[in-house]
Amino acid sequence: MFRRLQTHQGKVVTVCVEGNDVRVPAGDSVAAVMLAMDLLPTRTTAVSGAPRAPLCMMGVCFECLIEIDGVANQLACQVQVSEGMRIRRQHGAGDPAS
Amino acid sequence: MNAPRELVIIGAGPAGMAAASTAAGLGVDTLVLDQQPAPGGQIFRGIGQAGPAHLELLGSDYQAGTERVASFVHSSADYQPDTAVWSLGADGELGILQRGEARMISARRVVIAGGAMERPIPFPGWTLPGVMNAGGAQVLMKSSRLVPLDGVVIAGSGPLLILLAWQYMRAGVAVQAVLELAPRKNLWRAGLRLPAALRAGHYLTRGLGYLLALRRAGIRVTYGVSDLKAVGNDRLEAVTFRTGGREQSLETGNLLVHFGLVPGIQLTEAAGCRHQWNDGQQCWRPQTDAWGNSSVDGIAVVGDGAAIGGAVAAVHAGCLAGLEAARALEHIDAAERDRLAVNDRQWLQNDLRIRPFLESLHRLPETLLSGTADDTLVCRCEEITAGEVRAAVRAGHRDPNQVKFITRCGMGPCQGRQCGQAVANIVAAACDRPVSEVVPFRVRPPLRPVSIGELSMLESGNNTA
Amino acid sequence: MNADVVIVGGGLMGSSAALHLAMRGQRVIVMEKDSPGRHASGVNAGGLRQLNRHPAEIPLAAAAARLWRDIQSLVDSDCDVKLSGQVRVAENEADMRLLEERAAQVRALGYEHEIIIDREQLYRLVPRLAPHCVGALYTRDDGFARPFHALTAFRHKAESLGVQYRTGSRVHEVARQGEDWQVVTDRGCVSAPVLVNCSGAWSQALCSMLGEPVTVNTGAPMMMVTERLPHFLDPVVGAASRKLSFKQMQNGTVLIGGAHLANYDMKSETTAIDFIKLSESARSAVELFPHVRDAHIVRTWAGLEAFTPDHLPVISPGSCATGVFHAFGFSAHGFQLSPIVGLILSELIIDGKSELPIGPFSIKRFLDETATGCA
Repeated sequence: MFRRLQTHQGKVVTVCVEGNDVRVPAGDSVAAVMLAMDLLPTRTTAVSGAPRAPLCMMGVCFECLIEIDGVANQLACQVQVSEGMRIRRQHGAGDPAS
Repeated sequence: MNAPRELVIIGAGPAGMAAASTAAGLGVDTLVLDQQPAPGGQIFRGIGQAGPAHLELLGSDYQAGTERVASFVHSSADYQPDTAVWSLGADGELGILQRGEARMISARRVVIAGGAMERPIPFPGWTLPGVMNAGGAQVLMKSSRLVPLDGVVIAGSGPLLILLAWQYMRAGVAVQAVLELAPRKNLWRAGLRLPAALRAGHYLTRGLGYLLALRRAGIRVTYGVSDLKAVGNDRLEAVTFRTGGREQSLETGNLLVHFGLVPGIQLTEAAGCRHQWNDGQQCWRPQTDAWGNSSVDGIAVVGDGAAIGGAVAAVHAGCLAGLEAARALEHIDAAERDRLAVNDRQWLQNDLRIRPFLESLHRLPETLLSGTADDTLVCRCEEITAGEVRAAVRAGHRDPNQVKFITRCGMGPCQGRQCGQAVANIVAAACDRPVSEVVPFRVRPPLRPVSIGELSMLESGNNTA
Repeated sequence: MNADVVIVGGGLMGSSAALHLAMRGQRVIVMEKDSPGRHASGVNAGGLRQLNRHPAEIPLAAAAARLWRDIQSLVDSDCDVKLSGQVRVAENEADMRLLEERAAQVRALGYEHEIIIDREQLYRLVPRLAPHCVGALYTRDDGFARPFHALTAFRHKAESLGVQYRTGSRVHEVARQGEDWQVVTDRGCVSAPVLVNCSGAWSQALCSMLGEPVTVNTGAPMMMVTERLPHFLDPVVGAASRKLSFKQMQNGTVLIGGAHLANYDMKSETTAIDFIKLSESARSAVELFPHVRDAHIVRTWAGLEAFTPDHLPVISPGSCATGVFHAFGFSAHGFQLSPIVGLILSELIIDGKSELPIGPFSIKRFLDETATGCA
């Protein structure tokens, strides 16, 4: 679990995480939001349903796959939040157009 | 396709920024493509938004980034962030993706400055949520000011362990333990390389400073650790390990692991550059000359993507590659290039003197590289265990690519980035051959995620990049 | 003499031939320059397709289909075969007329496996297909398998019957030595009275050494595969007026081929994907299955394959010398035929003839009067 070092002073955006609106720093990656909210696991695998969470934070491990705005298999660590973004944890093989 | 750009630089970390500033300063038409939204690479992530307190917290190496980024931003290089490079041909043709639009561009010369990644080492429980790469956690601190809760355990091998513990300590995080998994005997080997390292002594004094500060704060640093395991059901609950012949267990929700860095070789592999095994760094690296030129004409590679040398060495190597690009593109002649290169070459040499010492100190034992337990997952994507890899070898598939074909190990979304080296090590050991002799996974584009829809629009994309 | 038969090429055709020969007691050595399946045999699309084959190939494809249906008993592995059918969709009335003509032609030859299905039947079979299609040509007992698994099964079964594979053995020279063929590789020589050429994209070299009159072209059909998607498709889907092969594998990944060719370099034996051409396959995929638009491509690749001038394979004795047999030039549609091709070769070699009509595949069809041929 992670915590934020100091109160964020900069720009914030509202995103919808698992159906709930939350205000988060504009510079955050989706993975940072999920870790800050402790929403682990962020996905279960397509192969066995095993729980997984972000690992590398630099776009090379593909463990942070997540559904963003209805599109599955997005790299949470490489996508910055934007106003109105809808984020959902991914269960198994996400339908690309669910 | 539009006329080729003179120079395309892939990556805006220390090496890419330096190469770009240098080449653009000599009149080269320079395009810099970077995956991140802001310049700085992984090492200087979030530096544009970092206030004075944050800069102070992260230390002097991070602070140096402010100046580097500023000089890059003020150069005449055409900088395009949020750009993924998903293919690179030996002819200098690049597939890029920007804002959901894929297109092909071409370059007369390419400098790859894509950096490194943390070396993946499979160990029991490494897929549990709560286990994360230490460098990844550091990115969270740099760019989102996120730190783990008290009780975090940091484990693995490499200078980052101590640096991160020090940064967390300054941020008020109670680090429970730092576990160094390199064998104790490394100290003797490293000792032999100490005299040379003293010529880059500032690294040693800084590292010792971090260690002393940790000791004063009562943070435990344990050496000679083995048998690291992450334990938990759906997420991490504890870390177990052996030290001094005893099994120990620490309760924690955060295990941050780091086993050094390895060059990211997807781009150089895709372009057909020749690679070689680097025994000191225990990884493959693209073969380069003193200017960063790869074996493929017109393609250079610099920074940690060429060999792990750190941010300062990357800057100097980047400058040299920028000069060489200007020469190859006939903006300066060889004599001018050589004259301008003198200082960078000297600084580069001096800076790299620390490396043999660090490599010996943090050299990983074979147990971590090829000794993965049979029931431990090697391929996180396709969920293939070390035992399945060994069984494939026994069934006659005696090279990593055949193992990949038969087991699907390395065929998942990460394209073998996470399991490739482990598979090579395990296959080599199972075949009783040195790993330098096995052929690693062949790289298959797209190197970054491209959707079918994005590819389907490829031809119609306009080529303004 | 080291063996009864030496086979050059350890891919599917060579391994199938080795297996069938070994089953009949022949001592076989397979010379393989890399490892088996390094090129086309290991990385093809794995289609088990009788649908829309050249009339000359239909009898062979039908015989092969019977072997695939019970492949377990032949090679002790199911090769991940999935017989979920193949459809060739018509996207408009003109397409439909072409498919109907084809169906009539096949019926006239006495075969019943290719049937016309109407719009309703098509969408029951392929519910996620884009709504504009009007019908299809369909073969129920077609499907697909995993090529490298199939190859491995053939090879392991052959090895269990005594076949020796010499991997990493590139053939430099073949020469007559009395009654035998001596095959010289960079790892020593072997000799045998019978030489079989199953060397795929490298067949030209061997044909030249043997003085055969054929020109083999090289091509590397490109393919791509997506990340795993929830199950949405059973049959393999092609289209009447597109180059496309689209299938969802058992693990959920979608494999898209389209016979668009990669660039290649025979010196380094490597291929380079031509993304502009591959984007045509992507476009076809999206137009026929719009919901896969956002699925990511995990891998693209191409395997080096031999194409003959008429795109029909060569399955025949040599035209110049005795003791030579060929099976190559499958022109990117050989996978399905592989079990039967091995059987045919074993019959040709042991019995001197095959039960199947292989006349159209004779290497002699390329003989022309101006050619000097047979050195």
